[in-house]
Amino acid sequence: MIEVQNLSKTFGDRAALAGVSFTVGPGTIYGYLGPNGAGKTTTIRILTGLTRRDGGTVLLNGYDIEREPITCKAQFGLVPQHTNLDAELTVEENLLIHGLLHHMAKADIERRTGELLDYVEMSDRRKVLVKTLSGGMKRRLLIGRALMHTPSILFLDEPTVGLDAAIRRRIWGLVRKIQSDGTTIFLTTHYIEEAEFLADRVAFLDAGKIVAEDTPVNLMADIGEWAVDFLDDNRLQTAYFHSRDEAREYVTGRMDGCTVRRVNLEDAFISMTGRKIV
Amino acid sequence: MIKGWTAVYLREMIILKRRLAKLIPAWSVSPLLYLVAFGYAVGRHVNVGGHSYMEFLLPGLAAMASMTQAFAIAGEINIARFYWHIFDEFQAAPISNLAYVLGEVLAGMTRALLAGCVVLLLGALFGVVLSYNPLFWAAFLLNSFVFASLAVGLAMHVKSHADQTLLNNFIITPMAFLGGTFFPLSQLPAWGQRLLEALPLTHAAKAIRAAAFVEPAHMTDYLLLAIVGCVCFVFAIVSVNKAKS
Repeated sequence: MIEVQNLSKTFGDRAALAGVSFTVGPGTIYGYLGPNGAGKTTTIRILTGLTRRDGGTVLLNGYDIEREPITCKAQFGLVPQHTNLDAELTVEENLLIHGLLHHMAKADIERRTGELLDYVEMSDRRKVLVKTLSGGMKRRLLIGRALMHTPSILFLDEPTVGLDAAIRRRIWGLVRKIQSDGTTIFLTTHYIEEAEFLADRVAFLDAGKIVAEDTPVNLMADIGEWAVDFLDDNRLQTAYFHSRDEAREYVTGRMDGCTVRRVNLEDAFISMTGRKIV
Repeated sequence: MIKGWTAVYLREMIILKRRLAKLIPAWSVSPLLYLVAFGYAVGRHVNVGGHSYMEFLLPGLAAMASMTQAFAIAGEINIARFYWHIFDEFQAAPISNLAYVLGEVLAGMTRALLAGCVVLLLGALFGVVLSYNPLFWAAFLLNSFVFASLAVGLAMHVKSHADQTLLNNFIITPMAFLGGTFFPLSQLPAWGQRLLEALPLTHAAKAIRAAAFVEPAHMTDYLLLAIVGCVCFVFAIVSVNKAKS
C-alpha cells in the first residue's frame, strides 16, 4: 500500500510537486499520467528515497521512506526510466548483485534467478553480458531484477518508453501477470493506451499537481463516449458526444476530413487542463 | 549496519576481474617508465642514504601506486553514476551509506593492492627485491584506505566525469611528485619539508620505505594515516547523502 500526503518538492524556484496526495491500495495498478516535466519521475524518485522531499509524508506499507529507509526500501522494486543495468555484468550477475543488495541467501538467489528468467522469458540469456541484449530484453530484465526480492510494491517509471509496439504489448502482459500475483504497481507513463490497458485507477498530474483521480472509465465518462477530430482554421479540434449517432450526425455534411473515434484518457486530460499529455 | 557491502564489493571485483588482462599492462606503464628513466638511466650512480636510487625509488612507486589506484575507484563510481546510473540501484536498495562506502573503499584498496604487486614484480625484474614485511603492507594498505575513502567522498560531490579529471590534476598528480616518491624530502628547505609533511603520501612513502629497508618504524606515520583515513571514511559516508538530488 502506498500513502502519499501533501508531497512537495522545489528545484530552485520551480515547484516540481505542489501538494500531491494519493493512496494506492494493495494489488492495484495505479497509473500516474502527465506530460513530460509534470513531476512523474520526481514523485517516483521521492517515493523510492532517491530524492529528498521538501514536505509531506510518504508511507510504503506503513513505513516512512526517510525515517525508516532500510525497512522501507525492502518493500519495493524499482524499474527506472533509464536502464540502469550493469552492462559489464552478465544477466545472472545483475540478478546476483541485486539479491545480495537485498540480503537474500545464496540458495534463494539461485532459485529466484531461475524462476525470474523463466518469468521474463530470458532463460537462454542467463550467461550473456547485458551490453549485448536488445532494448526490449533489457526492459524485461529490469522488471525481472526489480522482482528478485519478491517486493509487494513495484514502481514502473515509463517502463515501455522507446520500445516498439509488439514489445510494449509483451511488457503489458508481464505487468498484468505481476499484478495477478498480488503486487501493488505504481506506473508512470505518457502512453495513453498503456494507462487505459493497465491501470485500475489513474491520476492526472499537471505542473506538479494532481488535477483528477479516478478509474479510467469514470475519468472518460464525464466528457462523453465518442469524439470527432476535425481541422478548424488549420488547428486540430475535438468535439465530444455521448452516442455514436450524435457523433455521426455532427460529421454528416462536413467537408474537412473528420475522424470519429472513441474517447480516450488523453481527451479527459485535455478537457481538464487544456494541454496534451505527449 | 554493514549488511549489503558484499554486493557493492563483489560488483567491483567482477568488473575488475573481467578487465584485469587490460589493467595489468596499464598499471605497468608508468612505473616501468619511472624505473627506466629515473631509476636506471638518471639515478644509476646516485646513492640515497646508503641505498641505490633504484632501491630508494621502488617503495616510493609502491606508495604512489597505492594512492593512484585506490583513488581510481572514484572514476569507476562516476561511470556507474553518470553513465550507467547504477548508483540509483544501490541507493534504492535497503543498505546503509556505511555499507555502500565500505564496499567501494575495499574495492579501491583491492585494486591498489594488485597494482602495488605489479610494481614490486617490475622492481624484481630490475633486480630490486626489498623486505615486504607486515609493516610494509600495513603502511601500503593504510595509504590505500586514505585515498580510496577520499575518492568515494569526492566522487559523491563531483557533477560530471570532467570534474573528476580536475580532481586528479589538482590532488593526485602534485602529490605523486611531491610526496617523497622520487626524492628525499631532506633535500628541500625546512619550509618545503614542513609543507610536504602535510601530505598523507609523504608519510606513506616514509613508512613503506622504512619497512622495505627494515629500518625502525615511525609509528606516528601509521597513526597519522589511520586518523586521516578514518576522517576521509566518515567524509565519504556523509557525502553519499549529497549525491541525492
